[in-house]
Amino acid sequence: MNIYVLMKRTFDTEEKITISGGSINEDGAEFIINPYDEYAIEEAIQVRDANGGEVTVISVGNEEAEKQLRTALAMGADKAVLINTEDDVENGDQFTTAKILAEYLKDKEADLILAGNVAIDGGSGQVGPRVADVLDIPYVTTITKLEINGETVTVTRDVEGDSEVIETSLPLLVTAQQGLNEPRYPSLPGIMKAKKKPLDELELDDLDLDEDDVEAKTKTLEVYLPPQKAAGRVLEGELGDQVKELVNLLHSEAKVV
Amino acid sequence: MARKVLVLGEVRDGSLRNVSFEAVAAAKTVAEGGEVVGVLIGGSVNPLGAELVKYGADRVVTVESEKLAQYTPDGYSQALMAVIGEENPEGLILGHTALGKDLAPKIASRLSSGLISDATAVEVAGGNLVFTRPIYSGKAFEKKVVTDGLIFATIRPNNIAPLEKDESRSGDVSSLSVDIKDIRTIIKDVVRKATEGVDLSEAKVVVAGGRGVKSEDGFEPLKELANVLGGAVGASRGACDAEYCDYSLQIGQTGKVVTPDLYIACGISGAIQHLAGMSNSKVIVAINKDPEANIFKVADYGIVGDLFEVVPMLTEEFKKLKVHS
Ligand SMILES: Cc1cc2nc3c(=O)[nH]c(=O)nc-3n(C[C@H](O)[C@H](O)[C@H](O)COP(=O)(O)OP(=O)(O)OC[C@H]3O[C@@H](n4cnc5c(N)ncnc54)[C@H](O)[C@@H]3O)c2cc1C
Ligand SMILES: Cc1cc2nc3c(=O)[nH]c(=O)nc-3n(C[C@H](O)[C@H](O)[C@H](O)COP(=O)(O)OP(=O)(O)OC[C@H]3O[C@@H](n4cnc5c(N)ncnc54)[C@H](O)[C@@H]3O)c2cc1C
Repeated sequence: MNIYVLMKRTFDTEEKITISGGSINEDGAEFIINPYDEYAIEEAIQVRDANGGEVTVISVGNEEAEKQLRTALAMGADKAVLINTEDDVENGDQFTTAKILAEYLKDKEADLILAGNVAIDGGSGQVGPRVADVLDIPYVTTITKLEINGETVTVTRDVEGDSEVIETSLPLLVTAQQGLNEPRYPSLPGIMKAKKKPLDELELDDLDLDEDDVEAKTKTLEVYLPPQKAAGRVLEGELGDQVKELVNLLHSEAKVV
Repeated sequence: MARKVLVLGEVRDGSLRNVSFEAVAAAKTVAEGGEVVGVLIGGSVNPLGAELVKYGADRVVTVESEKLAQYTPDGYSQALMAVIGEENPEGLILGHTALGKDLAPKIASRLSSGLISDATAVEVAGGNLVFTRPIYSGKAFEKKVVTDGLIFATIRPNNIAPLEKDESRSGDVSSLSVDIKDIRTIIKDVVRKATEGVDLSEAKVVVAGGRGVKSEDGFEPLKELANVLGGAVGASRGACDAEYCDYSLQIGQTGKVVTPDLYIACGISGAIQHLAGMSNSKVIVAINKDPEANIFKVADYGIVGDLFEVVPMLTEEFKKLKVHS
């Protein structure tokens, strides 16, 4: 089976976030594989191990994403592809990323494409369904279970806590929700092997795309931190008094009850 | 610049979800005096058209078909694209719900348009329609505009106030017949979790429990508190994973995103993935026995103590308050 995973290198949002020069300060920040893409990579490896074939992990970004791609290879993916847009595209959005990914994938005859349901930094959840639409293949988002039986695929989808059991067929794109699996950690032999696995680098030119073809449709005017909340008030004194005070504050000061 | 703006209403259990009315309000801002056209898609949705008008839509177009009784991206995108083809709108607003998240990117791709997802506000500023949206798991915000083509956004529930319902408003409800073809994802089964009472994502008060609640029974005092406040019960991933409650109660990045007036976190440590689902709440109360717990960093008011002592006392105090006022 020909399996592709869409992987984004993201800022680790567990870190403290600061702004400098109008954008998020990335100096010294920790970057990771988007957590939902880890589920996608794990699932891809499991599907390959059960059905045979090959897992290719693709990322659109700059050369710094090589590190996360190597991690994916160390987990067990077979190949990695970096589409490096550093020199070609200044401003991009989800349209840009999806267009580039779909252009790369259009002649690859992918059977199964896995993505994360959302990136923890950009947070739009657009890229998966957009790519599926351009490729004209069906998609199922926020999946928690995937079963493949020949051409038939049965997927369980999380819908705000309810679940839907969906039957569909390959080729297919799915986006991973937490609960799909437990992503493995790269093993030491995995890390050694990953160094020898192919990691190809492409540019827009190689995809016959111009900067104009991928021009963003939206623009960010401003990035800012939420107004600093006044430090919360931790109440003190007898527990009974604290409870009375809290009810009083919620009623008279905050006016929410 | 007056625009024609379409709003997709969302139906659940036979009635419109609140987010649909909020979307109408957002559409009014985007329309800048132009026409707001509601769109309803489903098995039988015509009777709901009038309701959307009362909340501010000028008229409503419905697409009904048995094939649309359940949401599928193929079915709904064919229906919505047909309406878009008829109406040629300059704006399009959906709720950022499971349905909106799944459908909107496909429509944006069909139209080769931009899409601003999960907006919490929209305003006209400097001649632009500016959308605000949380990024970095809610730790930062961005202001965004569409630079080319359709003004297209999904809005986060419970953030943009709906217009007041006006019973005297009337508007045309027309239906468009669309031949729904190939649906490539077939829903075989839906496991609905029994969610009693108030819809969590639309509740004004949420009482949420975490691993500190310790058992299924441990949720009982939280339910009582929620009842007294007319609110809903929610949970952290920790509580769901420990099987103290159902995953349908989960709040956070992988669960529901809530923005109530009052959020009471009981026995929740405050992991970033949890905060991503509730940090926009207007007032946050934390009850935790660990004074160092991260949840206190986002809380407006905190009580360091055992939730099994504090929560029942709170319930009693709120009961007294209700009697007096
Ligand atoms: C050339 C370029 C220039 C950009 N310039 C800007 C800019 O100026 N300002 C700005 O704010 N943002 C910029 N971006 C980032 C862009 O707006 C989004 O972050 C990106 O398109 C993904 O959107 P998202 O974060 O909402 O991801 P989501 O749509 O939430 O991601 C969902 C899933 O899609 C897949 N996916 C997402 N992104 C990628 C990727 N890059 N590679 C592979 N798979 C992916 C992953 O599986 C992910 O889990 C740029 C991106 C590119 C490619
Ligand atoms: C990709 C990903 C997505 C995730 N998505 C989500 C999500 O959507 N939502 C979510 O919630 N989590 C999510 N998580 C999990 C998250 O990281 C935390 O593990 C989880 O939120 C912890 O739950 P908790 O606060 O209930 O448990 P804990 O962290 O164990 O905290 C329990 C708290 O209860 C307190 N406590 C114990 N007993 C008492 C008592 N008697 N009285 C008062 N306080 C008491 C303790 O002091 C402690 O602070 C996600 C994780 C990942 C990796």
